[in-house]
Amino acid sequence: MRRFLDRHWYAYAMVLPVVVVIAVLVLYPLAQGIFFTFTNINEGNIANPVLDRAATYTGVGLTNYLNVLSGDPSFGSFWSTLIRTLIWTFGCVLCHYGFGLALAVLLNRQVKGRALYRVLLILPWAVPAFISAFAWKYMFNAQYGIINQFLRALGLPDPIWLGQSDWALVAVVIVNVWLGVPFMMVALLGGLQSIPGDLYEAAEMDGASPWQRFRHVTLPGLRSVSSTVVLLGIIWTFNMFAVIYLITGPNPNTRILVTYAFERFFSGASRDYAVASTYGVLILSVLLVFASVYRRALRKQGEVW
Amino acid sequence: MTVEAASLKAVPATRPQRKRSERSKAASIALHAALVIASLIAVFPVFWVLVTSFKPDARAVETTPTLFNESSVDNYVRILSGDKGDFLAWFGNSVLIALMTTVIAVFLSATTGYAASRFRFPGKRSLMLSFLVVQMFPFAVLIVPLYNILLALGLQGTSFGLVLVYCTTAVPFCTYMLKGYFDTIPTDIDEAGRVDGLSPFGVFWRLVMPLARPGLAVTAFYAFLTAWGEVAFASAFLSAADESKTLAVGLQVFVQQNRTEWGHLAAASILVAVPAIAVFYLVQRFLVTGLSSGAVKG
Repeated sequence: MRRFLDRHWYAYAMVLPVVVVIAVLVLYPLAQGIFFTFTNINEGNIANPVLDRAATYTGVGLTNYLNVLSGDPSFGSFWSTLIRTLIWTFGCVLCHYGFGLALAVLLNRQVKGRALYRVLLILPWAVPAFISAFAWKYMFNAQYGIINQFLRALGLPDPIWLGQSDWALVAVVIVNVWLGVPFMMVALLGGLQSIPGDLYEAAEMDGASPWQRFRHVTLPGLRSVSSTVVLLGIIWTFNMFAVIYLITGPNPNTRILVTYAFERFFSGASRDYAVASTYGVLILSVLLVFASVYRRALRKQGEVW
Repeated sequence: MTVEAASLKAVPATRPQRKRSERSKAASIALHAALVIASLIAVFPVFWVLVTSFKPDARAVETTPTLFNESSVDNYVRILSGDKGDFLAWFGNSVLIALMTTVIAVFLSATTGYAASRFRFPGKRSLMLSFLVVQMFPFAVLIVPLYNILLALGLQGTSFGLVLVYCTTAVPFCTYMLKGYFDTIPTDIDEAGRVDGLSPFGVFWRLVMPLARPGLAVTAFYAFLTAWGEVAFASAFLSAADESKTLAVGLQVFVQQNRTEWGHLAAASILVAVPAIAVFYLVQRFLVTGLSSGAVKG
């Protein structure tokens, strides 16, 4: 034990503050949140230190899970919401990655004004998300929004973007793509710059076409950075609540799992903490299952992290 | 090590030259066209908010778009003079909270990232995995338990409590990024430092930290933005008094139930975005190297 501490004490000393903060502010609340899922806790029966009222909620076993997983509309139609969440997540991440990679490849060339292009293209990342959400909500307005004015000028149909239809989902996907591309672009640009130029020269020497060079040099060279940012992107998008909540509010056409948890949590007179927590736990489970499958798939291709 | 570094540096200098001579005029135009269009899309929403911010509320909702329409700086004057709520106090709160979050998050993730990069210790793997898992839980669902804990610690309603909460969101990702960046700094440097009699902390603080500036800059940027733009926790944990709000919370006054004061909202948005963009401009030249090495090494 003594030798163990002698060897590792400075490593632990450096890690300790983070572990303490995370344990106190994440693990403990998480445990309590999981506990809530087995109760009927809400605004009406929670302990209230201000009113000096003791907690009166009771355990209800698995009722919350059964209610939610039954897919009942009064509990947020879990399964159809899950499908919408998957469409939202994969739609967004696919576009993030596709546009991010395309722009990174363009920026990785020797172009005049490259530094300027780069600053402009990263700008959406620097603007706080709630500001971007307001800006887009303004631009998407059906009457006076600039987007519909533009579409009308071109003689194209001008949908009511943020109304009760699937256009609302399209609109929030567009906003989230706009927000998320810069991160992917920067990460992939860094990945591109770490691919040794010799590989391209060798490939060219062997007569590889530009497409073949992209396919057999660029993409494999980006494998490790891609696998990381795609996983992070999926996790972040799955839990992205600010964009949807600020732009369309509680619109059932843009409802994903996280926003529904928020609706349950914040709106209505009886803030239903139990169902909100149940959603939280289910979201965590879906992501954990996904992450382990993803990791296994990567490992099969000979990559471990 | 030096040889490798030199050869890596030489490559970008020779490769683009070859490319430039190769690229035809048409390809060059297409390349610039694509970049210009993408840049326009990236910048336009911000530009449009800027344009709107000078218009009176009534002119911001006209059905024909114009660049100028009774434009003036009235919106800015009214906001800064406190006519629409104590904007300057919100601003001060946001700056204080964002800066505290940045300093604490960078420091915590630097020490943790360094330990994870340099030392093998039992529990390291599960620590890094738990950082990934932490990102998976929708945090705001934890508001009730978090509220209880902050209350028990006596931090409820204080800026510092909010800062700690922001750190839990920022630190895991920052640690990943910095671990990756520290991995690219040769361990020879640490060993040389140890030989010269520095303690492990001395090596970290005096040798490695200065070398990791690009990584630290990106981490700081990320932490700053996390705190600067957060809405849910700020509205739940800060007291409802007007002077203790942050910007993200305070700005909700412009979005009433059925009527949004777009002109004022736009002006306030610009005032909020300026510091974030300033921070971004300071770190942007580090962004690519700082972020990617973190992501590349995972």
